[in-house]
Amino acid sequence: MSTQTYYVPEQSRWPILASTALFLMAFGAGSLINSLSADTGGATGLLMLLAGTLGMGLIMLGWFSNVINESDKGLYSPQMDRSFRWGMSWFIFSEIMFFAAFFGTLFYIRNLSVPWLGGEGEKGVSNMLWHGFTAEWPLMSTPDQQAFPGPQGVIDPWHIPLLNTILLISSSFTVTLAHKALKLGKRSRVVLWLAVTVGLGIVFLYFQAYEYAEAYNELGLTLNAGVYGATFFILTGFHGLHVTLGTLMLIIIWLRVMKGHFSTEKHFGFEAVVWYWHFVDVVWVGLFLFVYIL
Amino acid sequence: MNSSVATTHHGPASGLSRWLYTTNHKDIGTLYLWFSFVMFLTGGCMALLIRAELFQPGLQLIQPEFFNQMTTMHGLIMVFGAVMPAFVGLANWMIPMMVGAPDMALPRMNNWSFWILPFAFSMMLSTLFMEGGAPNFGWTFYAPLSTTYAPPSVTFFIFAVHMMGISSIMGAINIIATILNLRAPGMNMMKLPLFVWTWLITAFLLIAVMPVLAGVVTMMLMDIHFGTSFFNAAGGGDPVLFQHVFWFFGHPEVYIMILPAFGIVSEIIPTFARKKLFGYPSMVYATASIAFLSFIVWAHHMFTVGMPLVGEVFFMFATMLIAVPTGVKVFNWVATMFRGSLTFETPMLFALAFVVLFTIGGFSGLMLAIAPADFQYHDTYFVVAHFHYVLVPGAVFAIMAGAYYWLPKWCGNYYSETMGKVHFWCSFIGVNITFFPMHFIGLAGMPRRIPDYALQFADFNAVATVGAFIFGFSQLIFLYNVLHCIRKGRKASDEVWEGSHGLEWTLPSPAPYHSFSEAPQIK
Ligand SMILES: [Cu+2]
Repeated sequence: MSTQTYYVPEQSRWPILASTALFLMAFGAGSLINSLSADTGGATGLLMLLAGTLGMGLIMLGWFSNVINESDKGLYSPQMDRSFRWGMSWFIFSEIMFFAAFFGTLFYIRNLSVPWLGGEGEKGVSNMLWHGFTAEWPLMSTPDQQAFPGPQGVIDPWHIPLLNTILLISSSFTVTLAHKALKLGKRSRVVLWLAVTVGLGIVFLYFQAYEYAEAYNELGLTLNAGVYGATFFILTGFHGLHVTLGTLMLIIIWLRVMKGHFSTEKHFGFEAVVWYWHFVDVVWVGLFLFVYIL
Repeated sequence: MNSSVATTHHGPASGLSRWLYTTNHKDIGTLYLWFSFVMFLTGGCMALLIRAELFQPGLQLIQPEFFNQMTTMHGLIMVFGAVMPAFVGLANWMIPMMVGAPDMALPRMNNWSFWILPFAFSMMLSTLFMEGGAPNFGWTFYAPLSTTYAPPSVTFFIFAVHMMGISSIMGAINIIATILNLRAPGMNMMKLPLFVWTWLITAFLLIAVMPVLAGVVTMMLMDIHFGTSFFNAAGGGDPVLFQHVFWFFGHPEVYIMILPAFGIVSEIIPTFARKKLFGYPSMVYATASIAFLSFIVWAHHMFTVGMPLVGEVFFMFATMLIAVPTGVKVFNWVATMFRGSLTFETPMLFALAFVVLFTIGGFSGLMLAIAPADFQYHDTYFVVAHFHYVLVPGAVFAIMAGAYYWLPKWCGNYYSETMGKVHFWCSFIGVNITFFPMHFIGLAGMPRRIPDYALQFADFNAVATVGAFIFGFSQLIFLYNVLHCIRKGRKASDEVWEGSHGLEWTLPSPAPYHSFSEAPQIK
């Protein structure tokens, strides 16, 4: 029965345009990074990257406004809605696995390879490479201090990271309040709670940037500071990028709510952003625990 | 409201725009299949170049640097460009028809998944013309070969891998959403055709491990350009970490390339044995167990690299455990044929060859799984023989079998059976001549990925090269047969095969542009 009204869209130009934009982004980023490393300018690469990114932004706007229009015209059945839900859930699962790779890296480095380098355990023979190297975590002095000068200090978890934890967890509550208000049709409250959520996201990002500046300028904790810096920045960095993306998505649904989009029953676009925001929040809790505290 | 909104009244658009802008699962399936065939020939030419160089000991045709680029590109292109897209193409064509759906769940995203690929592979192939040459570190791109000692083109390789990952993840999401959400009423999970089941599990594997691949290439990028030391012990990192993360992706990846093949063979054998598939539920559970085990066996690729003894033992036994569900499958295929009225059309020939030759590949895998023995086999031609047996007469033969099996449904005409059989026998003989001798030279100690070898390996290498050329050129018969079938083959009936079973055979041949605008009822 239900498949009878399943909406199959007509031909669309968005995907091929998006592929082109993605190619420009990838090729541009590749050229830019290569020329930066080789010190040979990189203007073409940068130009391609910018053009691709701008194009991708516009394409996404166009593509999503198509989807919104179709939804407004009532073309989407509840079954379509379920497809979107499956799609978003599995996308978030793929993101979880992306972070899992970096968490796995952190655990392996901390619990296996650094102790081995320090001469402990079954593979402790690798200590022969760097006599006198002692394992510790956080890794303050690396095997080769010339190539990878270890950090002088690490971030204290009980200041900015604790504050950021409080900020993000509260933002998960405020976004839920916004969602509840939307279901009750109290739109001015939706606008308010979303604004608070966006605000919390931006303040989080501000503190994160502040923390990075402190790490670089005062603690010598950099990408180049050995494997502690590497794991620290890849985990917090990708999380920060996801918060940025999530905040952008929140701003977009905030604008859409103000334009009168979303009904009390049908608002999957809204829910998808809420899911994503919760996901970003949960990853942060993992970071706070394993990167900062332990 | 009209029951089939916007789905019944339009056929394909004309010209190039049909292929660029399409949202139709059959068009997209066709694009995937042709793309994969082009990549198959491209990667095949590289393989022939490799074999030509290895025809005789000493260096004849190409420089070692270029030889390394060829082995790398051959592997990458065959895995990500030929085998995976071919299975996605078959999934696109068949899954909506098999579950009684009007199309894939998210048709525009479906188009995007495909069109990323030609861009990604153009970028990958363009590295051949860059300064310093293409990636030359093997398709497994181990650090530090792929970081400290890599050519500059590695950056483009990394971004190409990212693009392929995005494409695969979106494709997999689409397939899962289609299977879970678009089944016709009454098509419950335990009635799904086995091809659909195997793809459901494959899609799960893709979503679980492609992001890990993205993670590992990102760490490479950071090590190369941004001063991190993930894979550099001087900074406290570990090159072995690269291998762990890579193979956490890599082992499930090999099942991504074989589970859909299991599905295809499980469709074909019952048809030509004119019997129901033996042990359907056990097939489903076996597939699920293989997928589960695939996450806890990765370090069997790393027995010689240095792991604590518990690790060696755990990964050895976990790996050997996979033989159990795989054995269940082989048993079921054989039991399906037992006392059936068998006929041997081309798809069945390929499926039979699959069962026999894949099992040989499985057994050599079992040998490699034994850690102490692997210390002898590691990085020899025995490994090359093993994985080519599971990938060529395994995955590739299953794809060929599927193509012949469904071609009449796709284009409404039968292919030429004679030509199909010639293609089969040339491929079958070619494959065995190519890869069987590699077992012997591998056991005798010939290392893989080296353009030259000691004199005692000369005879078997010459034989393997002859086989490779037989196999390679016989694929042109396939190309001709497909083109012939599309243009002017004998008209096919709706059921196509006498013993065919399932929803896809209830549709006319050729299948109409939109299959099930109205959902069929399944009893
Ligand atoms: Cu494996």
